[in-house]
Amino acid sequence: MSEAVQDTNAQKPPIADRTIEEPSPAERARKRMFGHFGFMFGAIVLLGILAIAFLAPLISPHDPLDQQLARKLIPPIWHDSPKATWVHPLGTDQFGRDYLSRLIHGSQISLLIGFAAMLISGVIGTAIGVAAGYFGGKVDMVVNFVITTRLSLPVVLVALAVVSLVGNSLWIVICVLGLLIWDRFAVVMRSTTQQVRNLDYVAAAQAIGCSTPRIIFAEIMPNIVNNLIVVATVEMAHAIILEAALSFLGLGVQPPAPSWGLMIAEGKNHMLFDPWLVGIPGTALFILILSINLLGDGMRDITAPENRN
Amino acid sequence: MLIYALKRLSIALLVAVTVSLLTFSMIYLSGDPAMALAGESATQQDIENIRRVYGYDQPIIVQYFNWLANALQGDLGHSHYLKTEVSNVIFARLPVTMTLGACALGFALCLSIPLGVLAAMRPNTLIDRFALTLAVIGQALPSFWFALIMIFLFGVSLRWLPITGSASWMNFIMPSIALGYYVTPAVMRLTRAGMIEVLSSDYIRTARAKGLRPSVVLFKHALRNAIIPVVSLAAVQFGFMLGGSIVIETIFAINGLGQLAWESILRADLPMMQAIVLVLSCFYIVLTFLADLLNAFLDPRIRVS
Amino acid sequence: MAERILEVENLTVDIPVGGGMLHAVQGISFHVDKGETLCIVGESGCGKSLTSLAVMDLLPKKAIRGANKLELGGEDILNAGERRMSDIRGNTMGMIFQEPMTSLNPAYTIGNQMEEALKRHRNVSTREARDRAIYLLEKVGITAAASRLSQYPHQLSGGLRQRVMIAMTLMCGPNLIIADEPTTALDVTIQAQILLLLAELQREFEMGLILITHDLGVVARIADRVAVMYAGQVVEQGTADQVFNRPTHPYTQGLLDCIPIPGKTERNKPLGSIPGIVPSLVGAFHACHFAERCQYAFAECVKGDIDMRPAVEDGHEYRCLLDPETCRANAQKRGVA
Repeated sequence: MSEAVQDTNAQKPPIADRTIEEPSPAERARKRMFGHFGFMFGAIVLLGILAIAFLAPLISPHDPLDQQLARKLIPPIWHDSPKATWVHPLGTDQFGRDYLSRLIHGSQISLLIGFAAMLISGVIGTAIGVAAGYFGGKVDMVVNFVITTRLSLPVVLVALAVVSLVGNSLWIVICVLGLLIWDRFAVVMRSTTQQVRNLDYVAAAQAIGCSTPRIIFAEIMPNIVNNLIVVATVEMAHAIILEAALSFLGLGVQPPAPSWGLMIAEGKNHMLFDPWLVGIPGTALFILILSINLLGDGMRDITAPENRN
Repeated sequence: MLIYALKRLSIALLVAVTVSLLTFSMIYLSGDPAMALAGESATQQDIENIRRVYGYDQPIIVQYFNWLANALQGDLGHSHYLKTEVSNVIFARLPVTMTLGACALGFALCLSIPLGVLAAMRPNTLIDRFALTLAVIGQALPSFWFALIMIFLFGVSLRWLPITGSASWMNFIMPSIALGYYVTPAVMRLTRAGMIEVLSSDYIRTARAKGLRPSVVLFKHALRNAIIPVVSLAAVQFGFMLGGSIVIETIFAINGLGQLAWESILRADLPMMQAIVLVLSCFYIVLTFLADLLNAFLDPRIRVS
Repeated sequence: MAERILEVENLTVDIPVGGGMLHAVQGISFHVDKGETLCIVGESGCGKSLTSLAVMDLLPKKAIRGANKLELGGEDILNAGERRMSDIRGNTMGMIFQEPMTSLNPAYTIGNQMEEALKRHRNVSTREARDRAIYLLEKVGITAAASRLSQYPHQLSGGLRQRVMIAMTLMCGPNLIIADEPTTALDVTIQAQILLLLAELQREFEMGLILITHDLGVVARIADRVAVMYAGQVVEQGTADQVFNRPTHPYTQGLLDCIPIPGKTERNKPLGSIPGIVPSLVGAFHACHFAERCQYAFAECVKGDIDMRPAVEDGHEYRCLLDPETCRANAQKRGVA
């Protein structure tokens, strides 16, 4: 045995059978994405609704505004009623307008308002949030104060009051919502920027003399964009719900536009005998918001699996 | 602690002043408030009268300080439409809305905190999945639609609960659920995340190493720390709920501030609108201030510094 | 023979991970007698901490514990059940953790947390618990003990917090204390104080002490017996004198070669180092765990499990194919014996 002792080049233990094949990060991300039920469900449903909204004029069987009082309140096809017909699969409303066509065109309004309001609030919130997080000090104090002030204003009430005073059109609703719901963008962007700002590579960029805009756009933005997208989905859903609530109260999108919130409000009076008038647009709203939320939740899980809990 | 409280108080006051300024300037959004108040059938003479009576002919800065000074004395203006003092109406309606808000918050907390704790104790089990599913669904249900469904189910079909009004406690069940469920997901997620973090902390291991009973570990050591952020969130959500009560009160015809706000908006009753926004905002400010104090009380790291 | 406090035989801890089973602790046996200090040394990740948590039955939920024997004062605590274990923990067996900064609950006062430890296991009044807490705080060298009781953890420094932790562990007068790297997170100047304090208290209260550390200097000063761990196994075990002065296992020799020992290490000679890294413990692994990094390794080393075998002296054992004489020769050549 002792002659072997000196043999420093002795055979090393076999380790081949214990190495585990490591998938590449992109592969892992793809696997997480396709393996995430919520994300896939949200993405597919949302894509479906998007397609319906874009193709609305092509696929809707009737004109959503065409009133035929002779054919009013036809129940949807699954109702056991002699009036139910495949001509109006989802029935007609109290003015005889085809409910399916109204539903299809309503998706345009929800998506447009949700997306545009999210864009406006996103630009405002991200700008002041990143500024507060990056510059800190007095800027941070002011931004914090502005956020607190904004949070203390009741959104629905202020939106209703402003719309009632300024007048209501689709674009005014979009602007009012956009100007009101930037708070979450600002709060989240502020805290994530604070975290990223203190990392070494930002200090390194400063040390080699990068300009402030360059640091913000090239060093900080890429690292907070995941959070930004997650907040964007949440706020888009928020804007859609708010629009529906405003329209439901009669101060959002104006009739005869087929907003889902408005459809629920109009159906409300007939709810006792024709509950589907409320049920169908409400379900559409629920599915749209659910898919956006699931997409956002999934995005958070996929991009930051360590923060899952 | 005192310095902390004073600092918070001064910020709260500053926010309140800013909010009052915003609320005040709200009436100028429509252009000429006198014209808006007078309505469409008014003559030029009517408009001039209103302008003088309401002081709209004075410089804006003077108007603001007059309005603020009056508001501080509890005089929130005169409702042109109801022909009465705004503050009287508001304070008559406020208790109804507060009751609704408190019931809704109570419902939300009773549902979300136990569920969040259970989910955190058994992550990735059936109860956790159930809680998360409930949260996802809850977040996607528009409250006004949910309210209508409840009315249809429990009010019309089953006839268990009254549909409208605010006469008995039965009237508050459905509105409280409709208003409260919407904040349940946020509170539940925060409780769950907080509990999971706390349960894996070193001091919980210490508590177990001392041989403490599981219930003591859970309630005395874990929940006490996990609940601190929930307090702030609950205060914020209570404020949001008061704002959201406008939708729910309108649906259930509850005679509270929300319905009053909606009616005032439809009637273009500017002083009333202004006053309601101001009252709700100030209430929110007071609430978050109190939550900060409660937080400081619960967290000795803030209290004793 | 001294009273045996803890007897551990063939303790294993397995943790399911993504790619299979992590065999973190692989059949460890040791014992602690009354008034004895056992030091467990080894690099980070070798299973020291899991061993101590396994004894306390505080392992993470998904970890699987196994053993032939786990006895505390003659009582089987392997199958004791959570109820019985919670009666034992903090009562006859206490533990001090690595992180004094986070090991105390920030929401309660020092007094509250110390008193509850005693009140849980003894039927005493708050008054008595308080007196005991003050007595012990003074014992661990904290001045103005009575006023400390109403302070919160965040008001104390790390060193003070660790003293509080020690005092808290002593509340019920345990027979055995497990200290898991109690000084790693502290300033170097405080480290020695805390460890000497532990050793002193251990002597005074005649407890068994298991000290887990990777600080060999400390071990040399206070250990009665030493177990050297490597990659989930004990590779050498014996009295402090045996392990430090007659190291047998190549890993122990390597470790000792890494630290300067006054009067032993030659001047101007560079300190040794152990090349390579600790092997992954995922999956089955039938070979000497140290072979990959061992300068004496030969073909037989990787052909099967290596068992513990007795060295020359009584109670001294090691896990290597080389016979004791060869090992001794190697140790002398490296200047560690």
